[in-house]
Amino acid sequence: MKYAYYPGCSLHSTAKEYDISTKAVANALGIELLEIPEWICCGATPAHITMHLLSLALPVKNLIKAQEMGSYEVVTCCAACFSRLKIANQIMCKDEEHREKVEKIVGHPYKGGVKVRHFLDVLVNVFGLKNLKDHVSKQLTGLKVACYYGCLLTRPPEVTGLDDLEEPHLMDDLMSTIGAEPVQWPYKTECCGASFSLTKTDIVLKLSADILQMASDEGAQAIVVACPLCQSNLDLRQPMINKKYKKNFNIPVLYFTQLVGLSLGIDRNKLGLDKHIVNPLPLFEKVPV
Amino acid sequence: MKWFISHETIKSPFLKTLERDCAEKISHCYQCGKCSAGCPISYKMDYLPNQIIRMVQLGMEEQVLSSKMIWFCTSCLTCTSRCPREIDIAEIMDYLRRRAYRKQMTPLAETEVPLFNKIFLRNIESNGRLYEFGLIGMFNLLSGELFKDVSLAPRMFLKRKIGLLPHRVNNLSEVKEIFRKSGKLGKAKRDRLLHPKLIFLNLSRKLIERIENLK
Repeated sequence: MKYAYYPGCSLHSTAKEYDISTKAVANALGIELLEIPEWICCGATPAHITMHLLSLALPVKNLIKAQEMGSYEVVTCCAACFSRLKIANQIMCKDEEHREKVEKIVGHPYKGGVKVRHFLDVLVNVFGLKNLKDHVSKQLTGLKVACYYGCLLTRPPEVTGLDDLEEPHLMDDLMSTIGAEPVQWPYKTECCGASFSLTKTDIVLKLSADILQMASDEGAQAIVVACPLCQSNLDLRQPMINKKYKKNFNIPVLYFTQLVGLSLGIDRNKLGLDKHIVNPLPLFEKVPV
Repeated sequence: MKWFISHETIKSPFLKTLERDCAEKISHCYQCGKCSAGCPISYKMDYLPNQIIRMVQLGMEEQVLSSKMIWFCTSCLTCTSRCPREIDIAEIMDYLRRRAYRKQMTPLAETEVPLFNKIFLRNIESNGRLYEFGLIGMFNLLSGELFKDVSLAPRMFLKRKIGLLPHRVNNLSEVKEIFRKSGKLGKAKRDRLLHPKLIFLNLSRKLIERIENLK
């Protein structure tokens, strides 16, 4: 299995551990990830709020670069990049008026020929859970996790086409496969405040506090995420949430790739577990990994 | 809330322009309120999403564009994916924000989001990839909250989650070209970081607030 890999800006800075653990897991499972050379930012939320055409041109430029590598499918880990790449791809497929304009901007014809996938999708639907189960060497038995999908992994469903809109289960299935116990909770697709992290921090603190509260009420020992922005809002801001709402949350927020990596027997130090603000290591003293 | 809506307002081309530009049938909305029920930020808004849509239907351009509500949308797409009339409400919010910014109708208290967006895009234009340290520093400086989140910085550096220097891509001219052309084709102004008047007014507003707090 060979894929063109689009890490996105976060995975090279605030979410380094996501990048490290993704590569480690892919390596262990024989999935080849070839980083798109000289990839550029997808524009994220600021682009589509400010300039519509720019928010299409930036992702399309990356997709063209991927196509030039030899028409691989593109894999990305960031939910926001995934959403932007997919939306741009779909518009290039269906909307001729926009396609013409974007082609003029990037100076290259593109008809939406590259398929975009999230790494979660690759792991569950392409590699397959049965296949994965054969590779698992250490079951994470007794670890109760709350799988948090956030906004852009499932929405809008006609674009992402990944999972159920209101009750997604891809990550839950994955966690069951590696032996962890996913809790049933209603906040799987609630919003954490996302891009307001710097601009309207009070909103982020409230929404993230609600999510942490619900997860801890349902008895989760950790929250599992697939988006670097969700992770930073829930993990990095957790001390601030505790201070503002007088709570005592101490819930590690982990990427699904880190837990899969642990179950595959990859060394802890190679999964970036030391990079979290809320230390996840005490968790694995209770659970023999 | 009571408004007098004149004949001219109802006849104004606002609704038609918006429907043409976004390719969304806003006139289809029958005010079920599902968008507002699911909106995670509705507790903070001056108008709810369904109210904004109704105001658009009635052609109330001025009230819509100067509302705080449009700047509170996180683009989580809950409204879009639940709308029974299949209206992409989040896309309409994007459109309204772009229009409000172009017409300089952003309320003074809501300058942070457009300021952040402009700094973010300028950051990408000059580096190709996001340079977080530059983004946060510039944003704090221009929004007048110099020491916001400073307590997080040491941990971020220690864990090597944020770098002091940007990672530039080699083909920067390509990136600049994309920005230039999209600005030209989309008829969007991108030369200025943010209307300097707006930055100045916002900074003075914060200073006055601070002085009043001291009293």
